[in-house]
Amino acid sequence: MNDWPLWEVFVRARGGLSHRHVGSVHAPDGEIALRHARDTYTRRMEGVSLWVVPSASITASDPADDEAMFDPAADKIYRHPTFYSIPEEVKHI
Amino acid sequence: MAARPPSDPSSVGRDILFDYLLRLGDDALILGQRLGEWTGHAPSVEVDLSLANIALDLIGQATWFLNRAGEVESKSRDGDRLAFHRDVLDFRNCLLVEQPNGDFAQTMARQFLYSTWQLLLLRHLTGSSDPIIGAVAGKAVKEVAYHQELAALWVVRLGDGTDESRRRMIEGLDWMWRFVPELFEMDEIAAEAARKGIGTDVTDFRADFDRMVDEVLAEANLARPADQRPILGGRRGHHGEHLGHLLAAMQFLPRTYPDAVW
Repeated sequence: MNDWPLWEVFVRARGGLSHRHVGSVHAPDGEIALRHARDTYTRRMEGVSLWVVPSASITASDPADDEAMFDPAADKIYRHPTFYSIPEEVKHI
Repeated sequence: MAARPPSDPSSVGRDILFDYLLRLGDDALILGQRLGEWTGHAPSVEVDLSLANIALDLIGQATWFLNRAGEVESKSRDGDRLAFHRDVLDFRNCLLVEQPNGDFAQTMARQFLYSTWQLLLLRHLTGSSDPIIGAVAGKAVKEVAYHQELAALWVVRLGDGTDESRRRMIEGLDWMWRFVPELFEMDEIAAEAARKGIGTDVTDFRADFDRMVDEVLAEANLARPADQRPILGGRRGHHGEHLGHLLAAMQFLPRTYPDAVW
């Protein structure tokens, strides 16, 4: 259906994890979009929770602005927490 | 079907269980095959997947019920044998599930009525005295709750949608409505199965069915279709012209190549 709006689909794989973007579906409204998302993206036990968001509600960065948006972060190594020594007892960092 | 020896009570009981399993299995098999016909033809790729998912749930249920039927019958027929090597007269599905897909609204009308009935039936069958029926019902009840919910959403959207979708939904419900009384028929086999605790008395949940249907129709801004002359007979093998065509498509391959394997 070309006249159905697009919805972005987010799946929480299991409790404690964040919802992750997995793709999109067409649907006439949110309730049906949720079912389409369920039938399209969680058929193989991929998730325990679903979000659908109208694609039109997303404000996205413009690829043409990439340089201004992202390049300035490239030489700010002091923003990375790599200047600390981690005590040996601390695991999983 | 083979003649039943009425003198041997244990064998009569087994025949009742066999027939009852065929009814459960054939309903799921035939509706699953019908829904499968949409694959590649649905209004959108998402709807295509939804319908195929429901079809696969139903064929999974059919596999369980028909394999159990073959086991009970003890004539070395498994579920595949029963599905692919019986003729029209030996099928025990209700007439509703063999009705043609028509348009999407007609398909959803059929799905909504069948899934609502099947949901109530399976809830009752979780306590079946047959362990396989009870276990399959327990698993399938969750699948069917989703089928019912999805079909109800579509009945509401089409019924309360555009003039065209509303007209199609009304026509779809009108087509399917005359096959509802068969769902609540209690013939000898159904009564005996209920008495033995294998099955259940479907008239017990007629009021629940009516309430669930009426709620969705009200939300869809649709009137309940006028009652028509009921058409019965599927449970005794008296099918409409549509089932033969469905079986021809479904059974062609295993009958033409009997030893074919994946």
